[in-house]
Amino acid sequence: MTRALEILRITPGVTLQDQGRPGYLSQGLSIGGAADRLSLAEGAALLGQSADLACLELAGLGGRFKALEDLRIALTGAEMQANVDGEPMVWNASHMLHKGQTLTIGATRQGTYGYLHIGGGIDTAPFMHSHSTHQVAHIGAALREGQTLPIGVDLGTETGLTLPKADRFKGGAIRIIPSVQTARFDAEALEPLETTRFTRDPRGNRMGARMSFDGPPFTPPGGLNLLSEMVVPGDIQVTGDGTPFVLLYECQTTGGYPRIGTVIPPDLPLIAQARAGDPLYFTFITREAALAAHRAHIQHLRDLPKLPTPLIRNPHDIRDLLSYQLISGMITGTEEDLT
Amino acid sequence: MSDPFPIIRDIGLTGLLVTFAETMSEPANRAALAFRATVNAQGWDGIEETATSLASVFINFDPFVIDHPTLTARLETLIQRQDWFDAALPEGRTLWTIPTVLGGNHGPQWQDTLDATGLDEQTARDHIAAAQIRVLTLGFAPGQPYMGELPEVWNIPRMTQLNPQVPGASLVVAIRQLIIFAGPAPTGWRHIGQTAFRCFRPNSDRPIALTPGDEVRFRLIDEDELAELSANNPTGDGGATREVLP
Repeated sequence: MTRALEILRITPGVTLQDQGRPGYLSQGLSIGGAADRLSLAEGAALLGQSADLACLELAGLGGRFKALEDLRIALTGAEMQANVDGEPMVWNASHMLHKGQTLTIGATRQGTYGYLHIGGGIDTAPFMHSHSTHQVAHIGAALREGQTLPIGVDLGTETGLTLPKADRFKGGAIRIIPSVQTARFDAEALEPLETTRFTRDPRGNRMGARMSFDGPPFTPPGGLNLLSEMVVPGDIQVTGDGTPFVLLYECQTTGGYPRIGTVIPPDLPLIAQARAGDPLYFTFITREAALAAHRAHIQHLRDLPKLPTPLIRNPHDIRDLLSYQLISGMITGTEEDLT
Repeated sequence: MSDPFPIIRDIGLTGLLVTFAETMSEPANRAALAFRATVNAQGWDGIEETATSLASVFINFDPFVIDHPTLTARLETLIQRQDWFDAALPEGRTLWTIPTVLGGNHGPQWQDTLDATGLDEQTARDHIAAAQIRVLTLGFAPGQPYMGELPEVWNIPRMTQLNPQVPGASLVVAIRQLIIFAGPAPTGWRHIGQTAFRCFRPNSDRPIALTPGDEVRFRLIDEDELAELSANNPTGDGGATREVLP
């Protein structure tokens, strides 16, 4: 039988994502990939599989999906309303989606990007070693209703696992280090960068997040006519009107705006996940402190596969579980749900 | 006054940027291309990716394999090793000859460009036909080349009003450089011509045709020939030919 997920309904912000395409900067293609990389690792840990497999990234709104075979799923990132044939699904957890069942995912409750992972990963034809849609580069077609997504072979069997929710869905403190032009900004621009309460502006996408704030513009250094050069995800560009703009993974490869600082990699998910209006505060830290944070983050990603724990079901959930078993009793292979 | 270039600066937590000049010049671009090739040839552990822009080299590294002070010191040693502004260009480059229509329906800002440069039409056509220019860098969109430099008379600024959209494979000009657009896009560059050359070929084994350091010539053709080349263009080359540069 074909392992596949059928799209019954889709919203425009849903894209196929993975770790993106590293290694093509010299050819004008930025890495792209999932806006919140931590969610990729969490989904992989919940399903006991590689974090390189492709999943669906759901920006703010979701869709309806029907399993054409029994599929294990995991839901990570920004929490969204989710149910299977009307039964609410716990977020940040793995579940069984039986053949014929419909998963409905609605709006996010907090944060921007939710993720739907499938056991075995979404297995469309890769392009330049990745499945991810890169809208800026016009790579990857929009998902459409009636389309079926092929799913890879699932080597795992376990479901009903959860991970503690890492709090990164409402903005907060962002650690930054100096970037290429930081030294060219004077104190009148640098000081407010650390004291201003920014909020994420509604204008923004997978390329980057514009900062909204009260106060005078962040005046770029005078007489600076920069030659276009490489930019990296996390860079805080100051655009012509004096607005800081944090670049995300799908940014262009080069830019000509001065950069006042760079968000350290472990804090990029907070920028990506912040919703319009969520507060963001920047603080410069030393390179040593940033490296320590980066090292701790990488260690956390390595430890994640050991961290999932069984979902503890309250009586309400147990009742749901029993009814769930009853209606799916004719289908074999449901023993995973008893964990 | 001492020239501070080349300079090494931090970019992100895991990147270094070696910049050879603050403004575009042939020697600075040459230096960037040669320096990147030399860094790659060192085979240092922990180098994850290198790339050039117009006049700088980006080096992305794994700080837990090669630390920042070590890599910086090694780059400084390499910088001192030779005059990079006079370095030989990397080997294995390609010379492309790309059929191109100038002006008419395919170059709505050709006349405006003649006015801006002060050149008469025949001289301008002769300049483009005679030019053998370098792919200085690829950027903005996958595989999209910034090519230069044309003679100084082509040092015309970008327009203050954007072109709402130029077609894919169109030829645009500003600041002594030409671009063949990878796809339809808005631009402040003047739209002077059209090719059938696809810079980005998603269905090809080699999706990105050009490499920084390649050189390009333009074979001027008429609209009928362009229509033929566009209609029968399975490879995306659009009639372009290639030779290995010595």
